[in-house]
This record gives sequence, C-alpha cells and structure tokens, in this order.
Amino acid sequence: MTINPDLQGNSYPAKEVYDVGREKIREFARAVKATHPAHFDVEAARALGHSDLVAPPTFAIIVAQRADAQLIEDPAAGIDFSRVVHADQRFIHHRPIVAGDRLVAELHVDGVRAMGGGAMITTRSEIFALPAGTDAGTAEDAGREPVATATSSLLVRGEGQ
Amino acid sequence: MTPTLSDLAVGQDIGSSTVVVTRTDLVKYAGASGDFNPIHWNETFATSVGLPGVIAHGMFTMGSAVQLVTDWAGDPAAVVDFQTRFTKPVPVSDTTGTAEAGAVIEVSGAIGAIDADKGTARVDLTVTCAGLKVLMKAQAVVRLA
Repeated sequence: MTINPDLQGNSYPAKEVYDVGREKIREFARAVKATHPAHFDVEAARALGHSDLVAPPTFAIIVAQRADAQLIEDPAAGIDFSRVVHADQRFIHHRPIVAGDRLVAELHVDGVRAMGGGAMITTRSEIFALPAGTDAGTAEDAGREPVATATSSLLVRGEGQ
Repeated sequence: MTPTLSDLAVGQDIGSSTVVVTRTDLVKYAGASGDFNPIHWNETFATSVGLPGVIAHGMFTMGSAVQLVTDWAGDPAAVVDFQTRFTKPVPVSDTTGTAEAGAVIEVSGAIGAIDADKGTARVDLTVTCAGLKVLMKAQAVVRLA
C-alpha cells in the first residue's frame, strides 16, 4: 500500500460538532494527572476569569484526532492505521477551551513526504467554537471563533520499517 | 504565587515533577482521549508490531509533562503554545495488582526564552524515562503578566 502523494493540499471540512462537557474536562484532566483546580472546580475557574472549567493544554487532541481519522479512513489516502506512529504534535491556543464550547475542526493536509518505504504526513486541524444554536456546515457557522490550531506529524511506516 | 515576566531569567529552573505510570493509567487515558490503539493496552499486539511491549500514548506523556508548567504558571489557560517531538517510546510494564510503577517519567523545566513584547516566556521541558529522553523540543509558551 502506498501513500497517495496528491493528498498534500487536501482539506476535509468541519463535520460533527464536539460538545465540551464539564465531566469530560474532569475525566481528561485526571487521565493526564492534572490537579489544577481550574479543571475541576467551576468557582476556581471563574476566579481566574474563565466562564467555566478550563480544559488542559492538550485537550484539543480529542478533536484533532477525530479530524485526522477522516484522512486516515479515507480510502483514497492509502494509509494503514496500524502502521501510523505519532511523530510530533503542536497546539497553538487562540483562546482557552472551556466547558460549554461547541467545537468543530477543519482538517488540512499540509505535507506528504516519502520516507523510506513510508511517508511523513503533516496535518493541521483548525479548531473553531460555534456560536450557540448553530451547527457545523450551516451558513451560521460564519460567526465561528478560532480556538486552537493543532498540527500533527504522522509517520506511516513502510513495509519492513 | 504566580510568576511575573520581569522576574524571570533565561536558564532559570521552574522545578521538576515525577509521573508514575501504570497500565491502568493507559487504559484511563485511552478512554478519556478516544485513542484505543491496542499498542497502548495489549501486549500481544504491541510485540507483534515490533515494540518492546505496551507503550504509553505519546499524548499521555505530553499531556502529563505539561502539568509542571500549568501548576507553575497558576492558570492552565496561560499555556498558549505547546509542542513536542516523540523520540523514544515509554514502555510500561504490567504491574497490575501490585503497588509497583509500570514506568516512571521525570519532568523538569527551565526558561528557554523570554519575549517581553508578546508577554510570553518559553519553558523548555526535559522529559526522561529510564534515563532516556522521550520527548525532544518539548516547549511550552506561557503568557504571563
């Protein structure tokens, strides 16, 4: 199976909405062993000026990996998921993610480069918060607010690598 | 006490932390993140793809390492940019049913750069497991008053 080099420059539009819940923030925070009260206690988060519980700095990976799945599961891409290794990751936060946010991610394939028998694929998820009461893909999402940019490099190992 | 930009100097230590990891932690992270790749919970599968055994999610290591920065900064939202490369796997041995650690990750941080115009400081993290650097270029940019 070979990686389609024409993937570079592809993008996948925002699909399903991810609703950020308080219990999910608490669960994710516990899972990365975070103990800061702003992840758990609404009053503590508000005392820091946030509207609700604040997500840990890597929380956006949940939304970014769902967006990446669109590419990995795209038959035209030619990616064997069992051979994918996470090579690097970056999050740029335009504003904090807080409970109550309704997020969507637009996925861009910024780079595809052959490496041995495999390839290094760089994806970028542009994550936006939707205004209340709107859905992804509707005209109303024009009022969406940039929340985070998540960039991932995925190494797809070739045969024998 | 939250740090202020004017009191910081490049090279200054921000402290260190130790993250104890068990197989249970990896199952919890899989559930919380939605990343159910079996290399993070199934020994047979992990060894079949050439790994030494079950390894931690790179994102678990990245996510737990940054807590040092979050706690130092006093607000998780202060971290405006966070990146790393995953260079070495973190093998987690099966210590289920005992009080033993499956792996121990050591994290330390130092100020790598200060940008007074932007009001940010870059914290460079050193993250090791069993003496090996498992993350490279682990950098968190923090906005401070």
